[in-house]
Amino acid sequence: MQTTPSLQQPANTSIEKPSSPWRDAWRSFAKNKIAIAGLSIVVFFILVALFAPFIMPYDHTKPDLINRLKGPSAEHWLGTDDFGRDILSRIIYGARISLWVGFSCVAGSILVGCTLGIVAGFYGKWVDTIISRIFDILLAFPSILLAIAIVAILGPDLQNALIAIAVINVPNFGRLIRSKVLSVKEEEYITAAKSIGMNDARILFHHVLPNSMTPVIVQGTLAVATAIIEVAALSFLGLGAQSPDVDWGKMLADSKSYLVQAPWTMIFPGIAIMLTVLGFNLMGDGLRDALDPKMKQ
Amino acid sequence: MGKQQDILHVQGLRTSFFTDNGIVPAVDDINFSIHKGEILGIVGESGCGKSVTSLSIMGLLPQAGKIVGGEIFFQGESLTKATEKRMRSIRGNEIAMIFQEPMTSLNPLFKIGNQLTEAIHTHQSCSKEKARKRNIEMLELVGLPRAEQLLNDYPHQLSGGMRQRVMIAMSMICEPQLLIADEPTTALDVTIQKQILQLMKELNRKLHTSIMMITHDLGVVAEVCDRVVVMYAGKIVEEAPVRTLFKHALHPYTKGLLASVPDIRSKKDRLQSIPGNVPKPGSIDKGCRFAERCEHAMERCFVEDPPLYKMETNQQVRCFLYDTETKKEASHETTIT
Repeated sequence: MQTTPSLQQPANTSIEKPSSPWRDAWRSFAKNKIAIAGLSIVVFFILVALFAPFIMPYDHTKPDLINRLKGPSAEHWLGTDDFGRDILSRIIYGARISLWVGFSCVAGSILVGCTLGIVAGFYGKWVDTIISRIFDILLAFPSILLAIAIVAILGPDLQNALIAIAVINVPNFGRLIRSKVLSVKEEEYITAAKSIGMNDARILFHHVLPNSMTPVIVQGTLAVATAIIEVAALSFLGLGAQSPDVDWGKMLADSKSYLVQAPWTMIFPGIAIMLTVLGFNLMGDGLRDALDPKMKQ
Repeated sequence: MGKQQDILHVQGLRTSFFTDNGIVPAVDDINFSIHKGEILGIVGESGCGKSVTSLSIMGLLPQAGKIVGGEIFFQGESLTKATEKRMRSIRGNEIAMIFQEPMTSLNPLFKIGNQLTEAIHTHQSCSKEKARKRNIEMLELVGLPRAEQLLNDYPHQLSGGMRQRVMIAMSMICEPQLLIADEPTTALDVTIQKQILQLMKELNRKLHTSIMMITHDLGVVAEVCDRVVVMYAGKIVEEAPVRTLFKHALHPYTKGLLASVPDIRSKKDRLQSIPGNVPKPGSIDKGCRFAERCEHAMERCFVEDPPLYKMETNQQVRCFLYDTETKKEASHETTIT
C-alpha cells in the first residue's frame, strides 16, 4: 500500500533527534537555571554526606574542653560548640543523618502510600473506601503531633522518628497517586491493553504505574525537604537522634542555651538545613515544570 | 443463518448500567450475527448502544455496566458464561479491538516496538528476535514505511494516521478471527480515513478476519461493509445487506439518516435532519422508541413495541408500517373513506 509523503515526515525528523518522554523532561529541566541551582545544592550535600569521613577536619564526637564555644577561626572555620567539638565537622557528619533520614522517610512513604493508593484507585468500590478512610484518619491529626505521638509510643530514637515521619507522609502520596490512577485508568491505552488480553497485575505495574508517577516524583522531591525539617524538629524536641549521633536538628537543640553567648552554634546548622531544603524545593519546582505537559511550548 | 458459519452470534443481549439514578438499559434485546470473513457495520447516533454492544462482547464493560440478559456466542462458545481467565485468552488472540482515538490508545511512555512485543507475549512465548521479525512484518502489512526504525519511536513522534495503523498492527498481531473496530476513523481526517478503511478491507481480504465496524458515518458503511445493522436507542431497528439499505431503506429512522447525509451534487444549503433528540435510555417504557420523532407514527406505535419483521429482501425492520395486518387495515381504511 502506498503511503503519502505527509505520513513519512514526522518519523524522518525523529531519526535526527531521538526523543523519549524522559529525555524531553530532562531537556526542559536543564533549561531552567533555578532548578539546576537547586539540583547543584542537593548534589553538593549528597557528596558531602557520602565523603563525610574524608573531608571532616576533626572527629565530630571528640570533645576539646579548652576550646569551648570558640567563634569561627582559621582552625575551626565555623567555631566550636559547648564541648569544644568542631561545628563544621558536626555539620558534615550531620548531613549523613539528615539526608539519609529525608530520603528513607520519603522512600518509605512512597512505597506504602503508592501501593495503597494504586490499589484504591484501580479497584475502587469497598477497597477504595477502606483505604481512603484510613488516609482521612491519618490526615485528621496535625502531622507533627501525630509524629510525636508515634515516637512516644515507639520510644525516642532516630529510627522511630524516621518511621513516624514516614507514616505521616503516607496519606499525602496515597491520595496523590489514587487521584492520578483514577484518571489514568480511564485512558484509552489502558482499555487497549485490556483488549489485547493483558492481566490486571501487568496493566497495573506496566501501564498504570509508570503513567501515574510524575506527580509522585515532584511531590517526593518536595517531601524530602519537609521530612528533613520534620526530623530536625523531632530531634530538637529530643525525640530524634540521640548522642553521640548528631543531626542538624539535634545540633540546634544542644546549642539553644548558648544562643546569645555563641550564636554560631545555632546559625550554621540552621543555614545547613535551610540550604538543603531550599535545594530540594527549587529542584522540585523545576521537576514539576519539566514534567507538566501544560508547561511545554 | 446457522450458528456454524457464524463467527459471532449475539442473542437477546441486554446490557444495563447501574447508576445512582437507577438502572439504565443501554442495550435492549439485540440479535445479530457476523459470518466468517464478513464486515458488519453497526450504525447509529451517539448513545444508541453501539459501543456498549462491543464492550459487552469483549467483556470490558465499565464497573457500572452489566450484561443482564441474553448470550454471546463466539464460534459456538458462550462468552457470557466464560471465566475471566478464558476471556483474557480470547481478547487479543481471537477477538481484538481498535478504538476511536489513536492519539491516546498507545501508552505514551513506551516505544512502539515494546508495545507490539508485549501484545505478542501476552498470548505466545517466543524469542525476542522472532517477536521483532513479526513486529516488522506487521508494520509492513499495515502499510508503514521504515518499519525497523519505527520500532524505536515513541507514540508522540507519529501522526494520528500512523498511530491508528500501529494500533491495527497491534490488534492483528495474534491473527484474531474477529476485529471489533469502534469508530476507527472518526478522529482522523478524510484522506487518512480513506486509507485506513482501505487497509481494513485489505486485511479482511488477505487474512479473512471478520470485522465488526462500529460507526455513525454512513459513508464508512458504504465504503467497507457487507451488511449493516442500524441501532436506535438500544435496539436494532433495521438490518440489511449494504446495497439494499442504501437503495431502499425501510425504517423511517434509517430513511432519515440517509436523507441527512450531505450530497455534493445537491445545492441545498441546509442539511435535512430528523426532528427531536435521541430519547434518554430508559425514558421510554412502552411503544416504539422512535415514535415521537417519526412522521409515520400511528396510535399503535405509542402503545406497542414493534417486533423485527423479516422482509423478502433479506432485510429485517422494526416498524409497524411493515406489519402485514397494519397494511391491510391501512388499505381498508383508505377504501372506506
